[in-house]
Amino acid sequence: MNLRLRSRWWSFGFRSTVMLYFIILIVLPIIGVYGQSFSLGWQPFWESVSDPLAWKAVLLTIRLALIAALINIAVGTMIGWVLIRYSFWGRRLLNSLVDLPFALPTAVGGLMILLLLGPNSLVGDLAGWFGIEIVFHEPAIVIAMVFVTFPFVIRAVQPLLEEMDRSEEEAAYTLGASKAKTFFQIILPTMTPGILSGGMLAFSRALAEFGAVVLIAGNIPGRTLVASVYIFGEVESDNPQGAAAVSIVLLTLSFLILWIVNVIQSRRAGA
Amino acid sequence: MKKLWITLTYAVFTILIIIPLVRIFIGSWEEGFGGFVDALRRPQSLHALYMTGLIVVTVTFINTLFGVMLALYLVRATWLSKRLRQLLNSIVDLPFAVSPVIGGLMIVLLLGPNTIIGSFFGDLGFKVVYALPGMILATLFVTFPLMIREVMPVLQEIGTQQEEAASTLGAYPFYTFWKVTWPSIRWGVIYGVVLTVARSMGEFGAVLVVSGNIMNKTQTATTLVYQDVENFNVLAANSVALVLAAVSIGLLLMMEWAKKRKEH
Repeated sequence: MNLRLRSRWWSFGFRSTVMLYFIILIVLPIIGVYGQSFSLGWQPFWESVSDPLAWKAVLLTIRLALIAALINIAVGTMIGWVLIRYSFWGRRLLNSLVDLPFALPTAVGGLMILLLLGPNSLVGDLAGWFGIEIVFHEPAIVIAMVFVTFPFVIRAVQPLLEEMDRSEEEAAYTLGASKAKTFFQIILPTMTPGILSGGMLAFSRALAEFGAVVLIAGNIPGRTLVASVYIFGEVESDNPQGAAAVSIVLLTLSFLILWIVNVIQSRRAGA
Repeated sequence: MKKLWITLTYAVFTILIIIPLVRIFIGSWEEGFGGFVDALRRPQSLHALYMTGLIVVTVTFINTLFGVMLALYLVRATWLSKRLRQLLNSIVDLPFAVSPVIGGLMIVLLLGPNTIIGSFFGDLGFKVVYALPGMILATLFVTFPLMIREVMPVLQEIGTQQEEAASTLGAYPFYTFWKVTWPSIRWGVIYGVVLTVARSMGEFGAVLVVSGNIMNKTQTATTLVYQDVENFNVLAANSVALVLAAVSIGLLLMMEWAKKRKEH
């Protein structure tokens, strides 16, 4: 009896510790940011957000993240498809390389791009000769975002292709449908949920990206300053309230995306 | 057609991943092996690598422990209503949606020297922000979902029958966990550990905001790379980055090995 009671106390202790950890680590900080940005009332919040540099940074981030996500949707769908459907030399190796951008520190990723495309590099000089500037301009930011979010679409599409029932596709061929028609009418619809959720995750990750971008963007206010770098600058210049205000704009957007992805995935699981 | 797609895939991988890796490798050997070693033997490099190691070990340990337990609760707990579990389940993912910089900002806002809690700890002589505890907290926040997301699906798949059988036969909860649950979730936990190690080693934004990036004090390997680049010391940045890249590739290989082992 005594032993049972003690074990109950133990498990109660465990439960509360774990839940407390969860709440203190995750929930409290998020509430804190929302609280802080409205701490001085609506007016200062609005002033921080409507600062031209702030909203320009946010808009720039959204635009570039969207481009990066679209590139990843196209490239990722193709690679996911090739890696599942075709067998060729080096497939296994490539498949494990997909995850490298996740495993690699983002600052290292940024440095790689800087070295590869920056001033005094072959590609950088070549592009400069054509009058295109990459590093410290928008293209570099997009490249960094694409690199960092590279695995999302691939990893979302692959399981769908693996699960897919090949007989539908074969039936389409047998009935005389062309390759392109089969692809667009049978295969693409199966991949769509993966493409959508992978693309959205890539978008939200690209919105949030800091490490890779800060090294190569040049961070010129109003032109190549993305939102996360802007927030960092505000923190450095001791303006936590302004940083928090821009943060919650980004946060709300990200939460919205996460929620949509969840809805897509749960609908798939339910269907 | 098939050939074209395969060639395109190879092209993307080569441009996006293989060439940059090779470039960093060459970059750190520009002045031979000596230059590479010298860059790593600077006191700030050694200290930064030590800090990163310390953070990785602490964070992985704490998040593995809490992550496995929370995953168990979120899947199994009867003392939480289903609704509540669903809510908590979606909250778990929030750190994925939060920009690392914002994650760091949250900790500064809550525990910074000008806040109530921060000044309380400060009076006790315990600095949180701009010191190691804050950096560990920031990394804990960022890596929190990884373990849970690896373990939860496994738990859902194996069901509760075996565990119920064990406890009906009179096994203590801990014994049941060790003999029945653990062997089946083991590989999930190993993935989780690998992912957590990789992420906590590579964390940059959150740590940069929280640490203040003070050389020889709160500088980690990734923030050192950043500072070296800012100081135009590209060779040194490359050398540290190469070490980090080598570890990440090692982790990736480990992951592949674990996957293969699991399949057999």
